[in-house]
Amino acid sequence: MGEKKIKLSDLNKQLADMNVKSLEGIKIEGDIELEIETGAGGVGPLFAYYFGEEVAKVAVQLVNMAKAFGYPIDSLLQPVAVAEAIAPPEIKEAAPAFKIPDTLAKAKFEVGTDKTWKHQIQEVVLGATKADGGSRGNTVTIGGEKALPFFYDAPMPHRPVVTMDVFDMPIGMAKAVKMHYEDVMNDPAEWAKKCVNEFGADLVTIHLISTDPLVKDTSPQDAAKVVEDVLQAVDVPICIGGSGNPEKDPLVLGKGSEAAQGERALIASANLNMDWEAIGRSCVDNGNVCLSWTQLEINAQKELNRKLMKVAGVPRGDIVMDPTTAALAYGLDFAYSNMERIRLGGLKGDEELTFPMSSGTTNAWGVREAWMVRSPNKHDSDWGDRMLRGPVWEIITGFSLAMAGVDIFMMMHPFAVAYLQEITQSLMGLVKAETPDTANWITMEA
Amino acid sequence: MKESSPLNLYKFLPKTNCGECGEKTCMAFAAGLIARERMIEECTPLFDPKKQKKYAKKLTQIKEVLAPEVALIYVGTGDRQLKVGGEDVMYRHQMTYINKPPFAYDVTDAMDEADLVERVKLIHGWRKFYIGNWEEVEMVAVRSVTGDPDKFAKCVKKVMENTDKPLILCSFDPKVLKAGLELAAEKRPLIYAANKDNWKEVAQLAYDYKVPVTLSSPFDLDGLKSLALTFREMGLKDLVLDPGTAPNGEKLQESLHNFIKLRRAAVEEGQRDFNYPVMSIPLSAWFTTDDPVRGAYWESALAATFVIRGAGIMIRHSMEPHSVMPDMHLRFNIYTDPRSPVQVKPGLYKVGKPDETSPVYLTTNFALTYYTVESDLGSNEIDSYLLAVDTEGIGVQASVAGGQITPSKIKDSFAEAGVDFEKTSHRSFILPGMCARFSGELEELYGYKVKVLVGPEDSGRIPGWMKTQWPPKWEE
Repeated sequence: MGEKKIKLSDLNKQLADMNVKSLEGIKIEGDIELEIETGAGGVGPLFAYYFGEEVAKVAVQLVNMAKAFGYPIDSLLQPVAVAEAIAPPEIKEAAPAFKIPDTLAKAKFEVGTDKTWKHQIQEVVLGATKADGGSRGNTVTIGGEKALPFFYDAPMPHRPVVTMDVFDMPIGMAKAVKMHYEDVMNDPAEWAKKCVNEFGADLVTIHLISTDPLVKDTSPQDAAKVVEDVLQAVDVPICIGGSGNPEKDPLVLGKGSEAAQGERALIASANLNMDWEAIGRSCVDNGNVCLSWTQLEINAQKELNRKLMKVAGVPRGDIVMDPTTAALAYGLDFAYSNMERIRLGGLKGDEELTFPMSSGTTNAWGVREAWMVRSPNKHDSDWGDRMLRGPVWEIITGFSLAMAGVDIFMMMHPFAVAYLQEITQSLMGLVKAETPDTANWITMEA
Repeated sequence: MKESSPLNLYKFLPKTNCGECGEKTCMAFAAGLIARERMIEECTPLFDPKKQKKYAKKLTQIKEVLAPEVALIYVGTGDRQLKVGGEDVMYRHQMTYINKPPFAYDVTDAMDEADLVERVKLIHGWRKFYIGNWEEVEMVAVRSVTGDPDKFAKCVKKVMENTDKPLILCSFDPKVLKAGLELAAEKRPLIYAANKDNWKEVAQLAYDYKVPVTLSSPFDLDGLKSLALTFREMGLKDLVLDPGTAPNGEKLQESLHNFIKLRRAAVEEGQRDFNYPVMSIPLSAWFTTDDPVRGAYWESALAATFVIRGAGIMIRHSMEPHSVMPDMHLRFNIYTDPRSPVQVKPGLYKVGKPDETSPVYLTTNFALTYYTVESDLGSNEIDSYLLAVDTEGIGVQASVAGGQITPSKIKDSFAEAGVDFEKTSHRSFILPGMCARFSGELEELYGYKVKVLVGPEDSGRIPGWMKTQWPPKWEE
């Protein structure tokens, strides 16, 4: 920098103007010196505050520059340990005389509703009956909320629903799940029937995972045949899932969508990393509903929803969002708050977010606490029976996200499905039951 | 506190930049207060009796501004002191939830001594490792089932002999509560509960023994507020509210509504006269069933409901792992501070006492992943090196998909950490199973001078994997 002096704000501006490319070949020599002229009164607090703000902006630019040079700057920026909170010291005040009144104070508790929730979440109909050009025995409507789930501000118009997973080939699964599907693992149609007839699935999802080039590389035509089989086997609305392969899914889901023409099937899913436009258009062309899937990022979710509507031409009533389910003990905090923010955004009128949400709740089974026989950590307390532990992992993962605004759950374990339905419907006031007198809980025998 | 600008707190501080709090300036201290990293008590001049005249007014004012929207109550003493309430936001993404609700598991004075001691030890000793910390149970709730003060006292005594965790003393009979307080008051237990029938006697106890007290008014928020205002008027402000936790039916919906209403009144409407932390009692699940599995599952569902919607403290029953574990994790997740990234510093870490023959593992710098692998290695006494690759705090599977971890990034990370495989006896490292598809490209990058082993998909299986796969066999 030599002898030249520059103003702090200029420095900031200059740094901001530099982009990474223009930094190549720049040398910075010597220490950077800053001179501050202060008035007679020294540095005033307001000046110090704004000066600090300006310096911080410069620091951000310098950090970015250091990063551009490949310097591992983050190692310098680890947060310092947060000061241990301490209990406040007792403050001695002259104690007023303690006097017990004769009667309780009169009181009326009042509280309002959230006035910023002015918008309704879009209602989406899944499935189509004969009258509407499909072949389903019933339809399922999700969305339509005017408040956060189970809040008193406004009743939920539709209960959360469950679509149970069916795979087009046998897959590895936790023992607690596998025992329920061993007899149908080789037959997606029978698998779908079992979910509906025995486990009370509202919908089924046929996951076309065998199409993955790294799995069996079955053709989109084969996949379409499986979709037809499932449509024949059950008359509930269906979801059609790909293998997750970004190159092949647009083809597979396109054929799957054609096979389910007019059925208002939920096509799972379009993602920014793949040809979302092709998937969106195939939903429009075949009268199906598009699942808009992003990875824990609210702005990406807005972007994809916008593109599906504006570019692919998907109508508002044909979009459901999957903002990604990170399971209990494995990032649930991100998934929960991402979904709650999305739902609050929708209620407040962000038109790119006013759609119902879906959760891949089955992800819960990927968490070691759900499936491992015992803890790998020898000092942990006993983890108990994994056959009991696994289902509750799926219940709590799904239910937490129900509280954040999820409308449709992709699930696997029949107990988990039953409990999720029971707790969500209870909180909607739909489950009539004699409530025991809990006032005497202290003396309860248990 | 609703304030978000340090400038507005600065005006109540001494503005002397004395540095006694450890910050260079009062403005920096004000910023620390906004971030909830500093407490006003650390500004010692404000509390100096000699400067009372000068600062008394400021202190009163800033305390009012700083007061949490949900009142903060202290239960227990010393190292075992617990903070109940003290929350500032309605939804966690607005800042963070602060004090996770303590779980108090129940024992009763009807239990025979051996069962009682066994259960207290189970509650006291329960622990689980998670993200670098041990999760534990915080409290024991002692229920008076017999209604006999002597039996209650005996039970409290036995509990205190076996745990130093804070207690909740549970009875509606003031004589029973008094018998427990005689033994436990010094440890500042929470008492449960004053209601519309016993409130005078219980208020007297709370005053005499200087303990926080729960006010119980099931499904009647007017009645609950009436109790709270009355106690407040008496100068008893360490209060916890029990609006009732119904285990089923439409009353369950009403219970949740009441929790939401109380939280909203405190946080969004600033009803400072009725902003006490709220107690939930998921134990009530056991009124609906004798089936141990159903009871535990339903208790977990109720606990999740009220952990998410603002309970400040909870009385629990099921110590079954399939109930305690998910609830502990849910509470942890909901109370994780969304402002600070859950990352560890990228680089090479030692587990145990590794030498040149020890295996070299790698994972991402997502704190959860890192600590899981570290604990799986450490608790199985596997001396090893563990490289945390900078994936911006994203886990293995997601960073493979998202490109935050790649073969060249792994090679660069080893180089940055100064790892020279020529100096190891095995010239190899172990990839997470989720990165299996990188192995070929990595060996190519290293010119086939380093063997790239593919480890298990879950690090819990490393001990078993080591038995068959370690050390690697070079074919020459």
